[in-house]
Amino acid sequence: MNNVLTNIPLSTIGIGSMCQIVSLNLQGLLRRRILDLGMVPGTPVQCIRKSPAGDPVAYMVRDTLIALRREDASQINVNLM
Amino acid sequence: MSTTIKPMITLEEICIEAEKIRLSNPNVGDKIVSDIYANAETIARPAVTKKATEARPWDHKLDDILTSRLFGYPIMLTLLSLIFWITITGANIPSQMIADILFAFQDQLLVWFELAGAPSWLTGVLVLGMYRGLAWVVAVMLPPMAIFFPLFTLLEDLGYLPRVAFNLDNMFKKCHACGKQILTMCMGFGCNAAGIIACRIIDSPRERLIAVLTNNFVPCNGRFPTLIAIATIFMGGMVISELQIAVASLVVTCLVMLGILITFAVSWALSHTILKGEASSLVLELPPYRKPQFGAIFYRSLIDRTTFVLKRAIIMAAPAGAITWILANIYIGELSIVGHLAAWLQPLGYAIGLDGFILLAFILGLPANEIVMPILLMCYLSSGQMLEFESLEELQRILIRNNWTWLTALCTMLFCLLHWPCTTTLLSAYKETGSKKWTFLTFIIPTTIAFTVCFLVAQTARLLHLV
Amino acid sequence: MTNANTEEHHKLLREHFGITTTPGQFTVALAGNPNVGKSTVFNALTGLHQHTGNWPGKTVDNAQGNFTYLDRSFLMVDLPGTYSILAHTVEEQVARDFICFGKPDATLVVLDATCLERNLNLALQVMEITPRVIVCVNLMDEAEKKDININISFLQKELGVPVVPTAARNGKGLDDLRQKLYEMSTGLCIAAPRQINYSLEVENAIQQLLPKVSRLIGPNLNPRWVALRLLDGDQAFIRSITHFLDFDLNLTSLQEVAV
Repeated sequence: MNNVLTNIPLSTIGIGSMCQIVSLNLQGLLRRRILDLGMVPGTPVQCIRKSPAGDPVAYMVRDTLIALRREDASQINVNLM
Repeated sequence: MSTTIKPMITLEEICIEAEKIRLSNPNVGDKIVSDIYANAETIARPAVTKKATEARPWDHKLDDILTSRLFGYPIMLTLLSLIFWITITGANIPSQMIADILFAFQDQLLVWFELAGAPSWLTGVLVLGMYRGLAWVVAVMLPPMAIFFPLFTLLEDLGYLPRVAFNLDNMFKKCHACGKQILTMCMGFGCNAAGIIACRIIDSPRERLIAVLTNNFVPCNGRFPTLIAIATIFMGGMVISELQIAVASLVVTCLVMLGILITFAVSWALSHTILKGEASSLVLELPPYRKPQFGAIFYRSLIDRTTFVLKRAIIMAAPAGAITWILANIYIGELSIVGHLAAWLQPLGYAIGLDGFILLAFILGLPANEIVMPILLMCYLSSGQMLEFESLEELQRILIRNNWTWLTALCTMLFCLLHWPCTTTLLSAYKETGSKKWTFLTFIIPTTIAFTVCFLVAQTARLLHLV
Repeated sequence: MTNANTEEHHKLLREHFGITTTPGQFTVALAGNPNVGKSTVFNALTGLHQHTGNWPGKTVDNAQGNFTYLDRSFLMVDLPGTYSILAHTVEEQVARDFICFGKPDATLVVLDATCLERNLNLALQVMEITPRVIVCVNLMDEAEKKDININISFLQKELGVPVVPTAARNGKGLDDLRQKLYEMSTGLCIAAPRQINYSLEVENAIQQLLPKVSRLIGPNLNPRWVALRLLDGDQAFIRSITHFLDFDLNLTSLQEVAV
């Protein structure tokens, strides 16, 4: 795998791309929220769509569509698959 | 009996030990969650078989349209106006029917009271005050509510509302608020008190307070009939009758848009002053679209709304009707009490494009917004000969006879949209925030804005000699 | 349960959870993720016999409803829809406290058949607290439309608790659900829920705390689960445990007396 495509923020993933969660840099309640939704290291995530304004972005995680704001998604590191 | 006492253990000791383990192993909390999910995977993977399908599921295709850059916003607006159009059109006939029946019964009541030899004040308080207030609220409020609510529940059941939050979140983020605020606003269309309770879905306390303080800027069902009636008479009346309803729907949609705009403005102002703070995070699930349960929706919202309206009519409208009748029929000197109050309020009312009676009706309508119009009519009617409200044309005649112009109509609609919340809403705000300060702000912010906007509109129109 | 115990339990339900049960009535907790049709299941089982309010002292909705099955009355308590009950929000705390300290006769966990994996997360967490769990796999009709097939008997074997497939909107599977709730509440059915396997580092940490936690807690709660909450640094849980089990964090200590 190309180096550029590992350990990059989730917010940089294009629509339709699949990736795998590496780590979360989030803190506090949001970190727990994200973990509780099943976004734990190793979980595959697909970027599905952007809202009309380009932010937030909806991701498919464990068969559920979850929308996250760019600031929050940029704190999640992923490997492109 | 020989006893050996083992060393004592306290919860505190164990907590300290747990804390030590946590410090040496800071990721243990994350690991617990990961492990539970790993277990869920080992169970679910062999239990679930999915046929791989090439085609994208239809709800993704629907989302492509409903959340697209091009169609996302126009579709939201169209749906909103469509709901108003269906409500206005659909409510006309049942409203008329209920009014016919209830006011026919009022005539019968009057006959019976006369036969029984009841004194005129008793007939006045009970029939012309109480019963008429109640009849008006039921006739005018019930049909729009019974149509509006199921329609909104339908959108909710379909799964469309989270898409609205998805589409609009960016604007809320720019106001340093939460996208889920729009969901509380949608509830507010039904009832602002319910909207304020719905603010619980917002995690950040700061953003929740913003949502509570601004919920009143979406007109609730108690205010819709007033907006709809005035829009139909004055704005719709300006065009040919075929277009009347369409124009009225458009006017109401524009008013709602203005309310939403003011919501954004006030949210922005709050997050830069007393509720200063950055936008926090948003985690919003977009559930799959689901076929709504039509039967359950219509049954539930119809039953729920009917009992709600009837209860409010009995608790709020009937006493308010009685009180208004008394105030309108006790004379001090030349004028009734209502007349005195209205005369006293006249300068302030006139300055903001209303008149003393309208402002008085809004003040007396504090317990429930739906009684504003009946109170106003009762006040107007008490000073002239007795008229029955039987149709919108009748209403128009009454209003025009009382010197209403398009400016009065516009300012009344604006004031209705922006003014103080009803007591039920204020009580909910108090219960949810647990603070007198925030409850007071829930009252004073809309009030200030209503006076300011109406004042500016009225003065500008008069300066430019538009009326 | 002896009479005194029952009375105490009724008092606990009333005072801490605002729930008033009639004598002989079973309590059933209803848990589930948001958007899984939990309220549809609730409505389908209780019909119009519902009552809504708040949890005592919390701004969290509390809906209760009752139904009768085979001459026994059931009070169903609709818990807030949450993804987890590790209690990081007030809603999760309310749900967790009720399952843990309210000791319902049965806890019904509603899962979405179309995203079972994420939903099992909650079911596994509930199964750690109480063995009296029934799993309801709802939205089977949606799953069928999406060509998703779920092996219910396999799932039941793996989980060790009764698993009932339903399509609550069409009224499918509800009778089976009532039957299972009846069996669980009356003690006709005793489940042995599968416990979560933790990774070595978590397991080691549990083992360090377990002996002491067991001695402190006694038979009231699952000590492994309590150890996990303490390792998670769950302050809300420590407050709840002192509140419900009358442990004073600083003063009271439990003396174990061996004869």
